[in-house]
Amino acid sequence: MDFVSNLLNALPGAVAQGLIWGLMAIGVYITYKVLDLADLTVDGTMSMGGAVCVMLMMNGANVWVAMLCAFIAGMLAGAVTGILHTGMGIPAILAGILTQLALYSINLRILGNKANQGINPDKYDLLVSLRNVKEVSIANPILVAAIFTVVLIALLYWFFGTSLGCGIRATGANPDMSRAQGINVNFNKILGLMLSNGLVALASALYAQYQGFADVNAGRGAIVIGLAAVIIGEVVFSRIFRNFALKLLAVALGAIIYYLVIQIVLTLGMNSNDLKMLSAIVVAVFLAVPYWKGKYWNKSGKKGEAKNA
Amino acid sequence: MLKLKDVYKTFNRGTVNEKKAIDGLNLTLEDGDFVTVIGGNGAGKSTTLNLIAGVFPVDSGKIVLNGLTLNNLPEHKRARFLGRVFQDPMRGTAATMGIEENLALAYRRGKMRGLSYGITNEERKIYRERLATLGLGLEDRMTSKVGLLSGGQRQALTLLMATLQKPDLLLLDEHTAALDPKTADKVLQLTEEIVARDKLTTLMVTHNMKNAIQYGNRLIMMDAGKVVVDIRGEEKKNLTVRDLLEKFNIENDRMLLSE
Repeated sequence: MDFVSNLLNALPGAVAQGLIWGLMAIGVYITYKVLDLADLTVDGTMSMGGAVCVMLMMNGANVWVAMLCAFIAGMLAGAVTGILHTGMGIPAILAGILTQLALYSINLRILGNKANQGINPDKYDLLVSLRNVKEVSIANPILVAAIFTVVLIALLYWFFGTSLGCGIRATGANPDMSRAQGINVNFNKILGLMLSNGLVALASALYAQYQGFADVNAGRGAIVIGLAAVIIGEVVFSRIFRNFALKLLAVALGAIIYYLVIQIVLTLGMNSNDLKMLSAIVVAVFLAVPYWKGKYWNKSGKKGEAKNA
Repeated sequence: MLKLKDVYKTFNRGTVNEKKAIDGLNLTLEDGDFVTVIGGNGAGKSTTLNLIAGVFPVDSGKIVLNGLTLNNLPEHKRARFLGRVFQDPMRGTAATMGIEENLALAYRRGKMRGLSYGITNEERKIYRERLATLGLGLEDRMTSKVGLLSGGQRQALTLLMATLQKPDLLLLDEHTAALDPKTADKVLQLTEEIVARDKLTTLMVTHNMKNAIQYGNRLIMMDAGKVVVDIRGEEKKNLTVRDLLEKFNIENDRMLLSE
């Protein structure tokens, strides 16, 4: 009974964290699924957004202004990776690693040469705080994060339906065809990376407020969590969610599932130091499942599988 | 009018793999010319098309289309003037996007891509009509993902996309080579219909001598990076595969002897 009550107690926190990281994962979806690039910049931007937001607020900025600045900072980081990749011919994965490494120094600078900076929810007007996670009010971070998720999915759905957004999708789907149809592939890659990292930094800003501090290590392994959410969402919901907006929703739900699973194993008594290893194993397994399915499942001639392949 | 003037292109210059692909190519296409291009492997046919399209730059020489020098324009900017169909049916379309979405991308070739709708209902009507002219029933599957189509259907769609905005020059790079004979004939027929209807200036690379004779008003044969045979008008109409083979062999022998 102890396990159940402990778990129920921890559930709201897990859902709130899942929703905030879901926003981050939607950013990862844009690069990993739409643009077909593995962008490791996000480990840096997931620390940077919070750092920018917290430091600006401590210097008197309004929370919305601080978050907008975090978004812009994330876009700049994405632009750097994009330029390293398209303008300097560095493979995308390496370009992301380089930016991420540089961001570690930049984030320390932003944080005033400290590894972390706290922000007191009593003194500052924060949008979300883990203190309110069990409250039934409009200050509940689950509600706030859910509203953010819905609004951002709606905006992204609109954007990827415009001529410009379709160009980004085409760039990821088939660069040869895109160039032949007059699409500036390099520009679109940079734009996609900017959008993605802007979203990640925005999620980071929310996460720092939720936790009450910005940390230079907040984004360590973020790409793995983002990928976990994308892949879990796809594996669980791909048969029912076909529309682009619903696919983004699946990513957000994937992040929640991920944090629920983490919460369950933690409640079962797992050492929290082992979490990163668990995350890596979860992602490896979920990446392998579709591969194995394609390799071994269809041979047995299951019709339904073949049709959906 | 397309004009290639003294075009040279060498790949991997200064290495053991150095390959002189285009060696002083001169070629002029009049408006409305439908030119078929034949030649052995490595003759420079595809390289010529890729140089025109801007996939890679020329080493020297000039490429002029309707008075505009293309040399310094990047590939995506030249696309405004060019319609292209590749040999590989997978290359010309985006598999994960719908038929109508692919057409909408092509419809915006050469136009500003901003925050207006990526596809409108009026456009859908146009696409439906144009798809119907293919006679493949694609007009009833407009939202289907292109990845579900066969190679022939994809090539027909790519052809439609290449000509949806009338191009100044249509580049067909062995666009039926990967198809079965029946489908290849169908796609070639469509090609001829569209080229005739829109009076398109066309360069069509093919390995099939019969097709090279049957289609177009002019035939060129390339070897070692230049044009070695150029036949047009009445002479082309009376051409047979046997004539062509003879010329091909003579040219090949001459090349061999000269080296």
